[in-house]
Amino acid sequence: MNKPLTLALTKGRILKETLPLLAQAGIEPLEDVAQSRKLIFATTEPGLQLVIIRGTDVPTYVRHGAADFGVVGKDILLEHGAEGLYEPLDLGIARCRLMTAGPVGWQPNGARVRVATKFANIARRYFAQQGVHADVIKLYGAMELAPMMDLADLIVDIVDTGNTLRANDMEPLEEIASISSRLVVNKASMRARYGNIQAIVDRLADVVAQQS
Amino acid sequence: MKNVDRWQLPDGVEEVLPAQAAAAERLRRQVLDLYRSWGYQLVIPPLVEFTESLLIGLGADLDLLTFKMTDQLSGRTLGLRADITPQVARIDAHSLAESGVTRLCYAGSILHTRPKTATGSRSPIQLGAELYGDSSLAADVEIIRLMLATLETAGLDDITLDLGHVGVYGAVLAAADLDAEHEATVFDALQRKSLPDLELALADVDAETRRLLISLVDLHGDESVLTRARELLAEQVPEALAGIDALQDVAADIRRQRPDIALYFDLTELRGYHYHTGMVFAAYVPGHGQALANGGRYNDVGKVFGRARPATGFATDLKALMALLPAEVSTNNAISMPDIDDPDLQARVDELRAAGEIVINCLSAEPDSRCDRHLVEHEGEWLVQPLNTTDHVTS
Repeated sequence: MNKPLTLALTKGRILKETLPLLAQAGIEPLEDVAQSRKLIFATTEPGLQLVIIRGTDVPTYVRHGAADFGVVGKDILLEHGAEGLYEPLDLGIARCRLMTAGPVGWQPNGARVRVATKFANIARRYFAQQGVHADVIKLYGAMELAPMMDLADLIVDIVDTGNTLRANDMEPLEEIASISSRLVVNKASMRARYGNIQAIVDRLADVVAQQS
Repeated sequence: MKNVDRWQLPDGVEEVLPAQAAAAERLRRQVLDLYRSWGYQLVIPPLVEFTESLLIGLGADLDLLTFKMTDQLSGRTLGLRADITPQVARIDAHSLAESGVTRLCYAGSILHTRPKTATGSRSPIQLGAELYGDSSLAADVEIIRLMLATLETAGLDDITLDLGHVGVYGAVLAAADLDAEHEATVFDALQRKSLPDLELALADVDAETRRLLISLVDLHGDESVLTRARELLAEQVPEALAGIDALQDVAADIRRQRPDIALYFDLTELRGYHYHTGMVFAAYVPGHGQALANGGRYNDVGKVFGRARPATGFATDLKALMALLPAEVSTNNAISMPDIDDPDLQARVDELRAAGEIVINCLSAEPDSRCDRHLVEHEGEWLVQPLNTTDHVTS
């Protein structure tokens, strides 16, 4: 088979933390990914190329087989569904927590709660599990602003250090899930090119095992 | 609604235009002829049925996939079929009620409330074959070979055959004795081959069970999987060995008969686990992210119609096959005929049409663009002459 295997990565934190893992597994891009405006990169591994896309697009590319595998945050898999994908490996990078947060000292009043979040599906599921009626308000950024402007009571967001929350008089409340980056694999690729793909998955698994 | 929007079709609902429709119909006929030559009899089940017969335990997904409406005559709920398999099972169990082996096939439109897969259509054309009344592995092998032959009729090669057996996982699960909630999360993690999620789901289960279930996640790949599974399960879950033996036998048969087919084994990815009862199989081709055809054994389905019959079968989607067909080169080789009331001309046209030619009546001055020849009268006879030649009959 001559078509190269395609690994989809995301610019930003995931890329910064994935490249060293790949390098330890003997896979390096032939040019500096961070400096280039290109979207496709050849690697030192013959028959393996990288594509750099948005995080939310990684499951889409891999599900449709446009990329054979990819690295994506568990938050995106939880929010958009991991249906039709394999996720064999936790790379243990880009770790953070998905949490509910509210203004310091916030107490529920009434039966319903307004929740501002980028993760509408996760939030809806989580509050339903808690037996709480939540009116989910989808936002695309600066969640912390929503309670301050009385758009929402609580937020659901990724919490890394918690500094942004504190700077805005908010505090983390409940942890919904602990997040890290996962390797996802297309189902048809796993079958058609099992040997090649499993070999790379195994190499990465070894590197991850050494790190922990 | 603005005029400009009136052409719009619902998401996932598509029409098939002439070039593709011709290719699709040719393929449909070839495939049905193939089934006929293997002894599978065609049935044409209705588009709608009462949901009681349509939703007979082929998974909760099917209920969600089915459009429903109220029957004005009976007040009962009708379902627009989202899968033809239960209809054919009803025909076998109730309408035909034969005691021996029954082989049936079908081709028809189905409708889904939501696309089944990311790239899927909501209005596939389902093609499939079912074999009832025989529980042997030979029946499974026959159905698998017919599934492969179907894809080859569509001109597909480089096929990977995916084989599994629900008995293996079933035995392990019975041995593990999990509660319903654990069972669901473990199953979900295994479907995604997610080792991290599996570990999380089993965090509060005893160590031995955890080890056993976690070891399942790697049981996919080439035939060495069966050896590994055997070593792993021989002591702890001997009940699982029957399924592994069955897989080994079927794989040996397929390998002997079809050495060109790549085999892939997966003991934990179990589509339709809740109604399949034995072998499950699927066919993949490179460049198509989902299984192109799939099937399996489902022995208990006829029970709701009063007759549980051993059953095995497969289905594929004509529209998905069509999308993978090589583009057809359109050949303009029709014959144009003048619009003249002449019995001799009509007789000649009938003759040509009977011989398989396309003859198009030239209503306006210009012949149809698909014509490369036309009918010309010469000394009382109608002759087929090439078009676009200025020199008329010379002989």
